[in-house]
Amino acid sequence: MNAQPALLSVRDLRIVFDGRRGPLTALDGVSFEIAPGEILGVVGESGAGKSLTGTAVIGLLDPPGRLAGGEIRLSGQRIDNLPGEAMRKLRGRRIGAIFQDPLTSLHPLLTVGEQLVETITTHLPVSKAQARERALNLLKEVGIPAAETRIDHFPHQFSGGMRQRVVIALALCAEPTLIIADEPTTALDVSIQAQITTLLKRLCREHGTAIMLVTHDMGVIAETADRVAVMYAGRVVEIGPVEEVTRRPRHPYTAGLMASIPSVHRRNAHLNQIDGAMPRLNAIPAGCAFNPRCGFATDFCRENKPGLPPSGHAAACHFPLREMAHG
Amino acid sequence: MAEANTILKVTSASCRFDVSAPTLSRLFSHEPRRILRAVENVSFSVQRGTTFSIVGESGCGKSTLARMVVGLQRPTQGMLDFKDIRRADGSVGPPRVQMIFQDPYASLNPRWRVGDIIAEPIRELKLRKDEGETATRVGDLLEIVGLSRADASRFPHEFSGGQRQRISIARALATEADFLVCDEPTSALDVSVQAQILNLMVRLQKEFGLTYLFISHNLSVVRHMSDHLAIMYLGRFVESGPAEEVFGRPRHPYTRLLLDTIPDVEQPNRQRRPMSGEVPSPIAPPPGCAFHPRCAQAVERCRTEAPALRREGELEIACHLA
Repeated sequence: MNAQPALLSVRDLRIVFDGRRGPLTALDGVSFEIAPGEILGVVGESGAGKSLTGTAVIGLLDPPGRLAGGEIRLSGQRIDNLPGEAMRKLRGRRIGAIFQDPLTSLHPLLTVGEQLVETITTHLPVSKAQARERALNLLKEVGIPAAETRIDHFPHQFSGGMRQRVVIALALCAEPTLIIADEPTTALDVSIQAQITTLLKRLCREHGTAIMLVTHDMGVIAETADRVAVMYAGRVVEIGPVEEVTRRPRHPYTAGLMASIPSVHRRNAHLNQIDGAMPRLNAIPAGCAFNPRCGFATDFCRENKPGLPPSGHAAACHFPLREMAHG
Repeated sequence: MAEANTILKVTSASCRFDVSAPTLSRLFSHEPRRILRAVENVSFSVQRGTTFSIVGESGCGKSTLARMVVGLQRPTQGMLDFKDIRRADGSVGPPRVQMIFQDPYASLNPRWRVGDIIAEPIRELKLRKDEGETATRVGDLLEIVGLSRADASRFPHEFSGGQRQRISIARALATEADFLVCDEPTSALDVSVQAQILNLMVRLQKEFGLTYLFISHNLSVVRHMSDHLAIMYLGRFVESGPAEEVFGRPRHPYTRLLLDTIPDVEQPNRQRRPMSGEVPSPIAPPPGCAFHPRCAQAVERCRTEAPALRREGELEIACHLA
């Protein structure tokens, strides 16, 4: 793993929410790395902490949430303890962000051109005219037809897919090295979703931008990501190359998750289901958080919290599933 | 395709909305009337005990069609005809239709206890003679959908999304429904919970002989649930037929493109051809075949002449070229 220094390195990240009934641990020792130009998918069900991880990386964690441990490094430099102003400069310049709903992430009263120009002039030493030129090129690059006229339109004049393209152009304004994309395709139709993921992939290759793609949709991850981290109850339970994790999952949760997705290729009489639901933050079981829903859990699992071994394809499980061929 | 088993027959149903500006301003600015054709000339029939699915992207009219079937929307043309059915208890009559909505957070009254939510239709339709029997029935229903009898005294906010969707299903079953219209019942749920709800729906269908009209944009969920399906585009059916045939050998270019563009966990990092363009506005649909601006195979004829739905075996396809 050390052949290429990591662009983003998250070590033992802990995020705690101080509530009236005591602190709630939302992220419990999350660690992962993203190499330059790599797309890391972060997948999990609602409440697993995937969006929170993204929020912490861009430094937008709001009270009562606070970092209670661990560190976040961007190109070797610690960014989790930066003062607000320094973080503000870094955000948008070196880390771009794309959120789920393109309508709420654009200013409704400014034309898309004004928004792009403002972002470009904030981060780059260019004149207004140069910024507009760059804005136009970005809109062309993200595939907006008739960009010359569209640049003076307001967000409400764009369709959902086109708006998300504008948001992507905004994220790319200052040539960031990392983009945090939080459910970028969830609000879009399937045919538009494919356009956006293809675009993200192309841009990532062309600009050498790394992407942390946060989504609940395993399909989007499988189509887009190079590696995937599966999260459950505030922990990374499995991480590895996307083909390995989807074809040969080692953690029983990942295996259950994969098996519960209906297939388009055949009709099954019964879907595999994981009974129960993810625990709430105030009731995370001792030991392995997945043990009450796991068919393989033993007393050992109920007492000892499994760690995530540092290897290419790793699962935080005491008894990881082995491939049928070897078992 | 036993005609006798038909529970719902929809004949040339259309639903149009007048979305013109207010009369006076329209007259002053010399604007024509603007008609939104949400559903155009749709015909299909649903067999008892089966699942008929309607698939399409946002704005294709699938939810309007669902609302027409439950009677929340009147068709502006055509008709929907529910056939009388004979139930297990010997009674004969038109099927009782209920709806299950997409968002289980919005479709349950937050101030009512779950028991009251489920008992409401029983009380309203006077299906049980006293409160004691109603309470027993509510308890039974909760157990049928995989919750416990004690849950009747709790409030909706105490339940997770999947459990709330179970409550919605129990409420729909409380009317002794025969026909459930399910509008995206699992799209607000996580995949592992989605699997639980889909399995529950399949089990209930077998146990009670329910008929489902299943509305979804998720093709893999539709594949799992359907016996028959119809693909909708801009208010019209472009392809319909037995699910196995449509999925096994999709004929319409739109169906093929949909199947080609959905993300597939079984083929990671597959090269795919994303469909270009977007769904046009149903107020001003393109002339000819509505899909032609996005269709790679489109020829001159497609731009001028709208294809009629033609029957081929059990399939129906609206395409000049397929």
